[in-house]
Amino acid sequence: MTDKPGLLAVEGISKSFVGFKALDGVDFTVRPGEIHALLGENGAGKSTLIKVLTGVHQPDAGVIKIDGQPVAMRDTQHAQHLGIGTVYQEVNLLPNMSVADNLFIGRQPMRFGFVNRKLMEKQALELLAQYDLHLDVSSDLSRYSVAVQQLVAIARAVDMSGRVLVLDEPTASLDRHETEILFAILRQLRARGFGIVFITHFLDQVYEICDRVTVLRNGKLAGSALTAELPKIDLVSLMLGRALAVATHNTRHDRPVPAIKPFSFKGLGRSRSIAPFDLDIGEGEVIGMAGLLGSGRTETAKILFGIDAADTGHIRIDGHPVLIRTPQDAVACGFGLCPEDRKSDGIIGDLSVRENICLALQAQKGWFNRLSSREQISLADKFVKALDIRTTDIEKPIKFLSGGNQQKVILARWLATNPRFLILDEPTRGIDVGAHAEIIALINRLCDDGMALLVISSEIEEIVAYSTRVIVLRDRAHRGEISGDDITTSNIMQMIAAESEGASA
Amino acid sequence: MNTRLLPLCATLLICLIAYAACVFQFPAMFSTRVAGNLLTDNAFLGIAAVGMTFVILSGGIDLSVGSVIAFTGVLLAVLITHYGVHPLIAFAIALLITTAFGASMGAIIHYLEVPSFIVTLAGMFLARGMCFVMTTDSIPIDHPFYTALQGLFYRLPGGGRLTFIGCLMVLVFLVGIVVAHFSKFGSYIYAVGGNRTSAELMGVPVARTTIGIYAMSGFLSGLAGIVFSLYTSAGYSLAAVGVELDTIAAVVIGGTLLTGGVGYIAGTFIGVIIQGIIQTYIVFDGTLSSWWTKIVVGVLLFSFIALQRILVFLSLKRTTATSGG
Ligand SMILES: Nc1ncnc2c1ncn2[C@@H]1O[C@H](COP(=O)(O)OP(=O)(O)OP(=O)(O)O)[C@@H](O)[C@H]1O
Ligand SMILES: [Mg+2]
Repeated sequence: MTDKPGLLAVEGISKSFVGFKALDGVDFTVRPGEIHALLGENGAGKSTLIKVLTGVHQPDAGVIKIDGQPVAMRDTQHAQHLGIGTVYQEVNLLPNMSVADNLFIGRQPMRFGFVNRKLMEKQALELLAQYDLHLDVSSDLSRYSVAVQQLVAIARAVDMSGRVLVLDEPTASLDRHETEILFAILRQLRARGFGIVFITHFLDQVYEICDRVTVLRNGKLAGSALTAELPKIDLVSLMLGRALAVATHNTRHDRPVPAIKPFSFKGLGRSRSIAPFDLDIGEGEVIGMAGLLGSGRTETAKILFGIDAADTGHIRIDGHPVLIRTPQDAVACGFGLCPEDRKSDGIIGDLSVRENICLALQAQKGWFNRLSSREQISLADKFVKALDIRTTDIEKPIKFLSGGNQQKVILARWLATNPRFLILDEPTRGIDVGAHAEIIALINRLCDDGMALLVISSEIEEIVAYSTRVIVLRDRAHRGEISGDDITTSNIMQMIAAESEGASA
Repeated sequence: MNTRLLPLCATLLICLIAYAACVFQFPAMFSTRVAGNLLTDNAFLGIAAVGMTFVILSGGIDLSVGSVIAFTGVLLAVLITHYGVHPLIAFAIALLITTAFGASMGAIIHYLEVPSFIVTLAGMFLARGMCFVMTTDSIPIDHPFYTALQGLFYRLPGGGRLTFIGCLMVLVFLVGIVVAHFSKFGSYIYAVGGNRTSAELMGVPVARTTIGIYAMSGFLSGLAGIVFSLYTSAGYSLAAVGVELDTIAAVVIGGTLLTGGVGYIAGTFIGVIIQGIIQTYIVFDGTLSSWWTKIVVGVLLFSFIALQRILVFLSLKRTTATSGG
């Protein structure tokens, strides 16, 4: 296995955060010309390992070696000098600066001691063209969507990496096309002898592009192998430390569609956001919403929940007309929404896990009707157990949880309000295989309890696994509906594809 | 249009309207004499405001500015009048001390992670206290070099005087603009103000930048102190009380966001000039109390902060409408 010397290697790395051992004696080697997947459950320590590798955190024990020479990684700048380009999980760029600034900050082209803006913008355009991105590079980064920002971060890291490229869940918010472009670039870099570390929860992508996998479990090294020699089943058991209970395949298709639909939305729409649509949902129904990124899925959720006011249409609940103009109105009607972008819409970093879970319920009860500490603790404990949220205790500030575990806390927040109608926008993004199955099981359970659910997801298999009906969106409009036994992966794919062809024809 | 430029344009518009209104009432205000005085009278304020703009752009605040100006004035007076030091050497000593003072505040802010408000508040008391330790009297400065500098001006057509200190302020603004938009250091300042954690992860030398920003603010406060001492020919411990607040007002009126990351040095220049115009108007009127300056500045500040909130709100709405899946 040690045919080639390690380009970047760590030996016996340990790292603790206030008594909690996030990494415990981990060895990890990246060889030149390989794409190396780093896998593990939420909270296994992947991001922490990356941060130690790139000088964000200092290890408590262990050495980092580059070309076999031990180095003391001082800070992120030092890592960059050594040719390591990184995209961290929290894609952190500078929204207040231009796209070009974001790409080149710290290494702007200079002329006579001054930043040569013109050249910088020209180089930025060329760089982004490789990713099929054509942006106004002099305008603020904040104008662009999360996916574009992610690509900008990747472009920056790739351009900076001399030899090693580290990507922490880069594909979480990319669509298929964007992922393809990224993979093409990674293959090129691999051919040029780069060592690439790739973290993801999409196991298909691991088998598509990675040469080798290393698995972490609870901060320890669980194993490392060539991808080709490791079947998926074994990989999953390596990650979880147990065999995955096979997700029961959908039994929901043949359920009778409930005759009474208490939630009725007629002709709801908003100009330049989503074309008017009708939607009726009955109790115990799960509506899956499929479509490409930017097809109007999130916009639909925002209108239903009153975040964006609808220009047209009306809403009836139990036959009574209601007005939903703000999220408060929606919550009062028994709605819940678990948003897509947990970083800006979801978590409150400095509040504890307990407080983050109780937030929505408290808001619903009104601030004068305070939940007692005992109620809060029991509520938090219940959800930490139910969703398997990995945290040392419920008083930990949520910003110290791993990305996937933060996502679970947001889900818990809305489940705690016990809504009649719950909208989940990408509930499984960034969540590991084990928790993924649990969340699907949870959706099924909620539906059995009579909750009405609307689930937006980019993973079609997942939609197939729990939906009673599926709505397909394209170009900011609802284009069609599939129900019963017609709900299959290929049908949904066909519907998305057929329609895009229709558009291009 | 870029919403980022909107506050700047609003400031410029207000400045022009205010000036036009003044000229309409007192046609004599339309002269190079008034323009020249505007620069001279606000030179120390403008220089200090450039430093403050950098600090606020980085998401911090520097409350020590006024005290450092007074400290510099007293130090110069003591050195020149009591010890007979040549003004140029005294200037160098003063700038060295104020820069080091700013740098140490920056180091405390960065390494001990204390909010800049607290650290510079302490710095404000410390500098003011040092003035009183040196002397409690007002010490006049009478040196041929001072007289020479004060007599140095370029006569504009129409009788206006472009004085040495007025030119110095304009120069400082020009250098400030170049630093902000055409140097790496400038981009680091915006980066730290935009998002400190991100900047750190992107490899921006946050420690060096933070220390540099406060050192620069200290240096410019020292320079403002030198200008102030040239302007008044004296050093007095109780001088320049509250100037830091005037500079903050100029920065905010100039369209810089108090939360950091967004703003322009040029806007601050207009902010300073607006304050100057109001003061000149009051002088011309002759019956108004000079406290009217404060009232008008107060009203302007409120309107600008309201304008900024509205803009931030609008741009947030716009980005959420265009993103998402
Ligand atoms: N700064 C910190 N302070 C305290 N605990 C931390 C800190 N950073 C990480 N942790 C803890 O270390 C553990 C590992 O977190 P890490 O972010 O490395 O997980 P991960 O494998 O990247 O998970 P995910 O797939 O969810 O992103 C988590 O339990 C987390 O709570
Ligand atoms: Mg992570």
